[in-house]
Amino acid sequence: MNIHEFQAKQLFAQFGIPVPRGKAVKTPRAAEKWAAALDASVYVVKAQIHAGGRGKAGGVKITRERDEVPSLAQELLGKVLVTHQTGPKGRKVRRVLIEEGAGIDKELYLSVLVDRKTGCPTFIASTEGGMEIEEVAETTPEKVIREAIDPAVGFQGHNGRNLAVGLGLFALEKAVVNPFIRLLENVYRLFMEKNAALVEINPLVITTEKTLIALDGKVSFDDNGLMRHPDVQTFRDLHEEEPLEIEAGEHNLNYVKLDGDIGCMVNGAGLAMATMDVIKLAGAEPANFLDVGGGATKETVAAGFRILLKDKKVKGIFINVFGGIVRCERIAYGVIDAAKEVGITLPVVVRLQGTNAEEGRTLLTDSGLHVDVATDLWEAAQKIVAMKRNTLSPRERAGVKE
Amino acid sequence: MSILVNKETRVVVQGITGKEGSFHATQCQAYGTRIVAGVTPGKAGQEVEGIPVFHTVHDAVKQTEATTSLIFVPPAFAADAILEAANAGIWLVVCITEGIPVNDVVRVKRALQSTQTRFIGPNCPGIITADECKIGIMPGFIHKKGKVGVISRSGTLTYEAVNQLTTLGLGETTCVGIGGDPIIGTGYIDLLQMFEQDDETEAVVMIGEIGGDAEETAATFIKEEMTKPVVGFIAGITAPPGRRMGHAGAIITGGKGTAKEKMEALEAAGVTVVRNPAAIGETVKAALSR
Repeated sequence: MNIHEFQAKQLFAQFGIPVPRGKAVKTPRAAEKWAAALDASVYVVKAQIHAGGRGKAGGVKITRERDEVPSLAQELLGKVLVTHQTGPKGRKVRRVLIEEGAGIDKELYLSVLVDRKTGCPTFIASTEGGMEIEEVAETTPEKVIREAIDPAVGFQGHNGRNLAVGLGLFALEKAVVNPFIRLLENVYRLFMEKNAALVEINPLVITTEKTLIALDGKVSFDDNGLMRHPDVQTFRDLHEEEPLEIEAGEHNLNYVKLDGDIGCMVNGAGLAMATMDVIKLAGAEPANFLDVGGGATKETVAAGFRILLKDKKVKGIFINVFGGIVRCERIAYGVIDAAKEVGITLPVVVRLQGTNAEEGRTLLTDSGLHVDVATDLWEAAQKIVAMKRNTLSPRERAGVKE
Repeated sequence: MSILVNKETRVVVQGITGKEGSFHATQCQAYGTRIVAGVTPGKAGQEVEGIPVFHTVHDAVKQTEATTSLIFVPPAFAADAILEAANAGIWLVVCITEGIPVNDVVRVKRALQSTQTRFIGPNCPGIITADECKIGIMPGFIHKKGKVGVISRSGTLTYEAVNQLTTLGLGETTCVGIGGDPIIGTGYIDLLQMFEQDDETEAVVMIGEIGGDAEETAATFIKEEMTKPVVGFIAGITAPPGRRMGHAGAIITGGKGTAKEKMEALEAAGVTVVRNPAAIGETVKAALSR
């Protein structure tokens, strides 16, 4: 789960990580009131959306004039911000964070995440603050330093010293070395205690007053750890999520919307991805990822159908189920009931394999529904792609958008 | 031969009185697995289909000489269950549970380094040696004793591959689901090494997916150490970056962990990479007849 910058900074403050004085507001009127209370020499107005690259997209405004703050807030609020991370549709700005500006002497990069290779929480730091770390790693890999933390004993002083030396902090600004090590310890504590998946401070600033401050912050959480943190759950912002994905989540379905026109419904995540891949191999594009899980029932299949049909791009549906513990005839009953209930007019191919697959196929064939059945995965994929093609008008088939 | 488990393996099921635990313990037993004990704290003295239940793994091991544990404990308590098994001297822990917090697995994995215990999973279908021993939730009947070893990050996609191998008459030695989480107990390399040394295994199927770089690391090992043919499939060539595709570990981050990169790394290591998941079996057959 991702959260907003202002929420990340609330957590930072809670864990003793220095942040600029600031507050998120939803209206220019509130912006005006807060700017007066802030009474700073420089004001920063930052659009709050779940995406990076806001600065380049015009989502961050800076002014020395307190009077300008409400109009800058007005300019951003309600605006759809398109950054390189939002996709072409962009994200609507519903809140702005208004902060006191800091005098910047030096910008650093700092993050912590679990390194999948070593299985250890690992700090990543760089003197190239303010840039995207992937870019730094690509162009100047020697400027990216890493420090693995032993999860058995947690963060130790020497971990901090290693990072401080790696960044050249002793030479650069000796006064911030100890505050830096304390900050690292607090970041690690936040990471572990809140089951975060990523804590990133970019930039971490050394101010002209020789202090450290987290000028930007990003925190994302391990979904599996959320059960332990009701406070973190309240940070969820449904506006930042795809409505169909929210609906799927309510039915315990795992759905990711894509851009193609073959909807697919599969049991198991790996097979669901492989099904998307096989649709592509057969010459079409998948409209989604949808894993109905191991215990697919009539209810989950019906919910899956409803979600697939809400995506107006979908021109054909491919159901691929490998019955293991779940018996295929139960899936077949589910498909039949759900198709009748939901009323399906699109071409549907159901591929059943595994436990009681034959009974399942017979049930579907005899159901009177317009459903094609298949045994082989490749045959099924080719079938749905061909059937979809036949539903298109000649212009669409020629690739002309109507 | 086979790897890790066979018809002699003595298994304790942790979480045996739960819905999943009791169902699958019974299924494994029906397959021929020696399920010698179950554990649910507070329920010692009960039986599940004739399997004695104990309060602790320690008691279960003492009474039944179980060596292997199969875990169905809910996510919040799974880390404790894995460590309990290790503490009781269990040498192979297979954890089926999905949804364990990553940081829990990080700590468990670190703690297991000072023990003799091997940990498989979590979030996996388990391990099966065809026609001998099933320790997991996979449908037993699709497996048939044969000559192919299978290692996979997935569940149903593994069944798909196994079914093809069985239908073509190749059969399997042992199939191991290593799990779909970002941090897992046992990765590809240890298992590849075991299959390389196993007399009955003539080829290995490796099923990967987007996320992380385990396949790339395995590719280096394959290039240097494997003499048996390896056939690979990587799911998620159509997966978009930055989105988690069902499995917690299946996500492309910062442009890394794409299916394309993994396929290229494996191919460069001499692995036959299958593009079409429906052609895994045929490809193995062709590789074996070469």
